[in-house]
Amino acid sequence: MNTFNYADVKVGDKLPALEIPITASLISCGALATRDFEPCHHDKSVAQGMGLTDVFMNILTSQALMARFVTDWSGPEAVMKGLKVKLGAPNVPGMTMTVSGEIAAKDDAENSVTVEVTGENNIWGMHMSGSVRIALP
Amino acid sequence: MTPEEKKAFEDELYTYVGKAIYSAPRKGYDDVNTAMIRQWSEVMGDKNPAYNDSEWAAKSQRGHTIAPPAMMYAWTQEGYKVASEGRPADGQVEMVQFFDRHGFSGSLGTNVDQEYFVEAKPGDSIFEESIIDSISEQKSTARGIGYFFETYAKFTNQDGVLIGTQRFRVFKFIPPVEAATAPAQDGALEVPTRAVSPRGQDNKWWWDACDEGKILIQRCQNCQTLRHPPRPMCGECQSTEWDSIESTLDGEVYSFVEMHHPKFPGYQYPLVVAVIDLAEGTRIIANVVGCEVKDIHIGMKIKGKVEQVDPKTMLPQFYPVAGSAA
Ligand SMILES: [Zn+2]
Repeated sequence: MNTFNYADVKVGDKLPALEIPITASLISCGALATRDFEPCHHDKSVAQGMGLTDVFMNILTSQALMARFVTDWSGPEAVMKGLKVKLGAPNVPGMTMTVSGEIAAKDDAENSVTVEVTGENNIWGMHMSGSVRIALP
Repeated sequence: MTPEEKKAFEDELYTYVGKAIYSAPRKGYDDVNTAMIRQWSEVMGDKNPAYNDSEWAAKSQRGHTIAPPAMMYAWTQEGYKVASEGRPADGQVEMVQFFDRHGFSGSLGTNVDQEYFVEAKPGDSIFEESIIDSISEQKSTARGIGYFFETYAKFTNQDGVLIGTQRFRVFKFIPPVEAATAPAQDGALEVPTRAVSPRGQDNKWWWDACDEGKILIQRCQNCQTLRHPPRPMCGECQSTEWDSIESTLDGEVYSFVEMHHPKFPGYQYPLVVAVIDLAEGTRIIANVVGCEVKDIHIGMKIKGKVEQVDPKTMLPQFYPVAGSAA
């Protein structure tokens, strides 16, 4: 399994887009895997009381999917340095989220690249936007 | 809230700034372990061998597996108690309850910024120290009126080494009344459509024709001057007698913009909105589609077709005439 070298990537390079079907399983299991037991992420009646149709994705799952999207591309020797995420419309079951990204900056001092990432769902639009900074060999 | 009540509320609210959320560094119930890492990786669909493949990891730069850095905040979470009994009291819970008591019961995580300094590995203990770092002034947003607060957390390991930091921003707001009284129901997700055209006495006829696939141009019956958009009186002779002709939708781009931000649900992007000179002599505002945005230019010859752009909306869409793009 290869990892990109710092010298091999440049600002403007695009990452392969990733389509993620949003299901009740992904939402509730993602919440549990990140130890977020807030009922709105696993109990539909609580989410409906908040005005949504169903359980919605917790932040730590969105963040995890953003991280995965970047390291899927970079390869396993990349070292994650930072992750920033801004949340928009909720992800609820039945949607598809398309994650896309592009290299926005390179830092020679740290051998790191900053990838700007967005995740848009097909119903309400922007779910998350942010950036992941990784150091490459 | 009266101005006096607001002042009293804020005076107490801002005393939370700088407060520690836990009385002592909070140790994760479990040390970093392969079982929780595997479960996280499975759910997230993350096949990174640095997390779960010890054979691969032994030969890697690191020499061992690591925990996904994005799991940093998971290690010190409270657990199932949050659902079964409610979140145990701490500095943040106390402040949240203070907000709730004053009507700011809505809660929305808006931003998380994490920095990672050292990769955690199985066997490490994780400690979290958090404070309420800031509270904004009162803000009015699309969600409602409220305050943003930000927590700042430091994560260290058993050797006291700082492995990462986190800023977590939450909006606490007064929720809209309808959300509290009308819980959502089961049902299909409603796919958003474009903004609905407002149909009044003066323009309903125009939109009704558009729904049937025709773009009409209003014509003064007295002086024959064409006009668009529809209005009751001729600007030339002040006659209110009118009929209409059907446009051939031959035209050219007079001016255009590409809408980037904010993106509205229900619209397809890239979204080009143009002012179009129609062959009949009036102008119309519509989308230019069917070519790369970079190929659109002022003066480009275009031809319109009335199309169903979403389940509820018929609109003219203009395409480049062969040979006119680029
Ligand atoms: Zn006239």
